[in-house]
Amino acid sequence: MGIANIIFILLLGGATAWFTINFKKVIRNIRLGRDADFSDNKSQRWLTMTRVALGQSKMLTRPTPAILHIFVYVGFVLINIEVLEMLVDGALGTHRSLSFMGDFYNFLISFFEVLAFLVTFGCAVFLIRRNVLHIKRFTDKELDGWPRSDANIILTSEILLMSALFLMNAADQVLQSRGYGHYIQAGSFPISHYITPMLSGISDDGLVMIERVCWWFHIIGILGFLNYLPYSKHFHILLAFPNTYFSNLKPKGQFTNPESVTNEVKAMLDTTFTPPPADPNKPMRFGAKDVYDLTWKQLLDAYSCTECGRCTSSCPANQTGKLLSPRKIMMDTRDRLEEVGKNIDTNGEFRDDGKGLGNYISNEELWACTSCSACVQECPVNIDPLSIIIDMRRYLVMEQSAAPQELNLMLTNIENNGAPWQFSPADRLNWAKEN
Amino acid sequence: MAIELKVKTMAEYLASGETPEVLFWVGCAGSFDDRAKKITKAIVKILNHVGIKFAVLGTEEACTGDPAKRAGNEFLFQMQAMNNITVLNGYNVKKIVTGCPHCFNTLKNEYPQLGGNYEVIHHTQLVQQLIESGKLKVEGGSFKGKKITFHDPCYLGRGNDVYEAPREVIQKLDIELAEMKRSRSKGFCCGAGGAQMFKEAEKGNKEVNIERTEEALALNPEVIATGCPFCMTMMTDGVKHFNKEQQTKVLDVAELVAQNINE
Repeated sequence: MGIANIIFILLLGGATAWFTINFKKVIRNIRLGRDADFSDNKSQRWLTMTRVALGQSKMLTRPTPAILHIFVYVGFVLINIEVLEMLVDGALGTHRSLSFMGDFYNFLISFFEVLAFLVTFGCAVFLIRRNVLHIKRFTDKELDGWPRSDANIILTSEILLMSALFLMNAADQVLQSRGYGHYIQAGSFPISHYITPMLSGISDDGLVMIERVCWWFHIIGILGFLNYLPYSKHFHILLAFPNTYFSNLKPKGQFTNPESVTNEVKAMLDTTFTPPPADPNKPMRFGAKDVYDLTWKQLLDAYSCTECGRCTSSCPANQTGKLLSPRKIMMDTRDRLEEVGKNIDTNGEFRDDGKGLGNYISNEELWACTSCSACVQECPVNIDPLSIIIDMRRYLVMEQSAAPQELNLMLTNIENNGAPWQFSPADRLNWAKEN
Repeated sequence: MAIELKVKTMAEYLASGETPEVLFWVGCAGSFDDRAKKITKAIVKILNHVGIKFAVLGTEEACTGDPAKRAGNEFLFQMQAMNNITVLNGYNVKKIVTGCPHCFNTLKNEYPQLGGNYEVIHHTQLVQQLIESGKLKVEGGSFKGKKITFHDPCYLGRGNDVYEAPREVIQKLDIELAEMKRSRSKGFCCGAGGAQMFKEAEKGNKEVNIERTEEALALNPEVIATGCPFCMTMMTDGVKHFNKEQQTKVLDVAELVAQNINE
């Protein structure tokens, strides 16, 4: 075992440890949310996950990005088999350790090259779509700054990683043809053989250098990428799976009936009813003031969001120029959750910072929602922005009494007349007598 | 046009010792809104025509609480719900039909957890079942060959996956069904849901119902069909906004059917 292998193993160990630490922080943050039970209908949940996350069924409603996304997604997943070989080679100091598979290995390598090309192609088109074509959901102002850079960093790094793979294979091929050192004849290279002519004038040592640099660039890049995920919207590549497993299986029109309210109402209507004792560790609250008042699934939603903006581009309020953007609701929820997480990291426990979700999401945004479920329908990973909007409205109305004046009038009418308009209940059947 | 309506209340049924097959939940719009009352009467005409024994709650009916719930007032919603459930359970109601997708959704999905379990259907589903079973025959009549587009109400369509029942009913009318680009699960809201019906819209560059009506009118339909009293208001206002009320009528699926029942 050489010094290179030791360095590699240390890097691998460090990267894994760092990722584990950050991943655990995310899980801790998600667990800050309220309990919610998703233990029912296991088979239907697996089916939903297989269809929506693995099978990309909801992506397909928009064919162009769907095809490109499938290139990148399938490529990303399958090329990881090649990464497996790199891990073995890196740890043991071998070279192309899977090449004993012969023809099948040749097939694998050529297959990966084609996939890598499709990934590169997909990412390039995505970059163009984002930065050159003026597609509204990518030019919205909520993406200004980090979200836009984040997307471009991801796409550019994938292109760089794939390019390194091609250059490495090309150098390897030239060395193979020269019978140099341990570079045995292995693999088939339908894409990178186009690069080999450009390398033919380079010395053996130079080629070894190129091959090694690219190898290290690729593997360090992948480890870096892994550790970039928890900081990025790209985290969806992992969380799409649990997020779709824990999908809301109920009709989209069905909103939750918060138990805290049910107990209060029962106590009001029935004096003999005694509500169960409240959990002393959780503040008694109606609706959502902060991330603690959302369920862990709503927080998982926030981490699963890849900011694609399909929700926003189908939102009737957004499409008619109102301030509401369901995507921004999810981004804001994640930002606030991260802020709470950092607060806990710094202080050992959450210290009241006088803030809440309301510091990120304005009342105007919340009141623009028509609860039409278009955002819920559109999300390719079954995120439910509507449930957060309603929970925040509940807080505004039940704890802050901050409904718009016209809604207060409507609510008073329901309370007094049993109808949202000012009509007498005695007149309810008048229609049957009118002609 | 004077229609003779036969309407009995639950209390009347109880007094006569009879049990109706189904409770017709009229809803607040259907009870009080002048335009929506016509939809209510059309539904009653269909029910009378096929001889279904139905009852209404009449003065015992109260708002389901839908707008209160969507506005965030869960207290008020649950108060309404529990009071309504007491009335419904008191009459031992099993099956409910309603002309309002908001009432439909709330009664069907949100009442069970609070102790109200009923079989709830939307009137377009009932009509579709009646046609399917041969109890109701409809034909195009005055609408034959005309172009009709259907606007999916959010709480019927996306909210509860009912897309086909209203379309199947409309198709029976021997008309040309023209689909808007945004239809079924991609349907575009009328702008009234989520308690928006009761307030001014937030600041924007367009009203949602104007955007939607524009899309519908682009097809040059003779009728924009709806299945929701809120959509009815919004689309009617939209058609008026474009001064197209001469060319394009907004009608509920129940009205289309009621006008063309084979007597």
